[in-house]
Amino acid sequence: MKTISDHLSFHASALGLRSKRNEILASNIANAATPHFKARDIDFGEEIRKHEKIGPLVTSDKRHYALASVRTGEETLYRQPMSPSLDGNTVELPIEQIEFSENVVRYQTSLQFLNNRISGLLSAIKGE
Amino acid sequence: MSEINNIFDISGRALSAQLLRMNTVASNLANANNVAGSAAEAYRAIKPVFETKYAESFERSGVATVDAVNVLAINRQPEKVFMPEHPKADEEGFIYNAAVNVEEEMVEMLEASRQYQNNIEVISTMRALMMRTIQMGK
Repeated sequence: MKTISDHLSFHASALGLRSKRNEILASNIANAATPHFKARDIDFGEEIRKHEKIGPLVTSDKRHYALASVRTGEETLYRQPMSPSLDGNTVELPIEQIEFSENVVRYQTSLQFLNNRISGLLSAIKGE
Repeated sequence: MSEINNIFDISGRALSAQLLRMNTVASNLANANNVAGSAAEAYRAIKPVFETKYAESFERSGVATVDAVNVLAINRQPEKVFMPEHPKADEEGFIYNAAVNVEEEMVEMLEASRQYQNNIEVISTMRALMMRTIQMGK
């Protein structure tokens, strides 16, 4: 049986991850002038697969184990700089700004999907 | 130090660090034409020292902000100029100009102001997102 939370869960976890990524990118932008700071990021596609327990292998029987069923929390990776600066800082502002604005748009998209699903549920409940 | 919880801690503290950097630039530019009677008294440019402050849950969250932990006078010798008629000249007739490189300070000012703007932009974007998020389902 599909519950209401199943109906919303994918976009909810996408929204949570996007929000987390926003904070990491904001940290990078905040540390744009700090010597020795290494820019971090998360691989969104990889993390959402972990959230949704979608592994690289498909399970075709209920007795199969899902490979990506172990959730170990988000893995924050280090960004590879295009042109590292002398002070050891790997933040490249243009890249961070673009990633941030893209992430904001994608956050809004997830939010919109959630809103659509909620209003769909509401109209089903009201039966109008 | 208070714990870093959300976007307002991250970008807000970065704003105050950049503002402190602007203040040092303003002090340096204001003192750029100072003259002193000895090398020890001459004004030396001051620079803030930035340091990353990681959240306690950094390994889980990857969140960090920045603090200006210290303000140091840079180790640069003031320019020694022979000007015996100057009222502040020492017994050998030298005066000492402030050790401030005006062009360097201008570049510093532009960079600090751009980074301040970046952080402001992050805060206002995130604030707009939060406002839209609390409207969810309406």
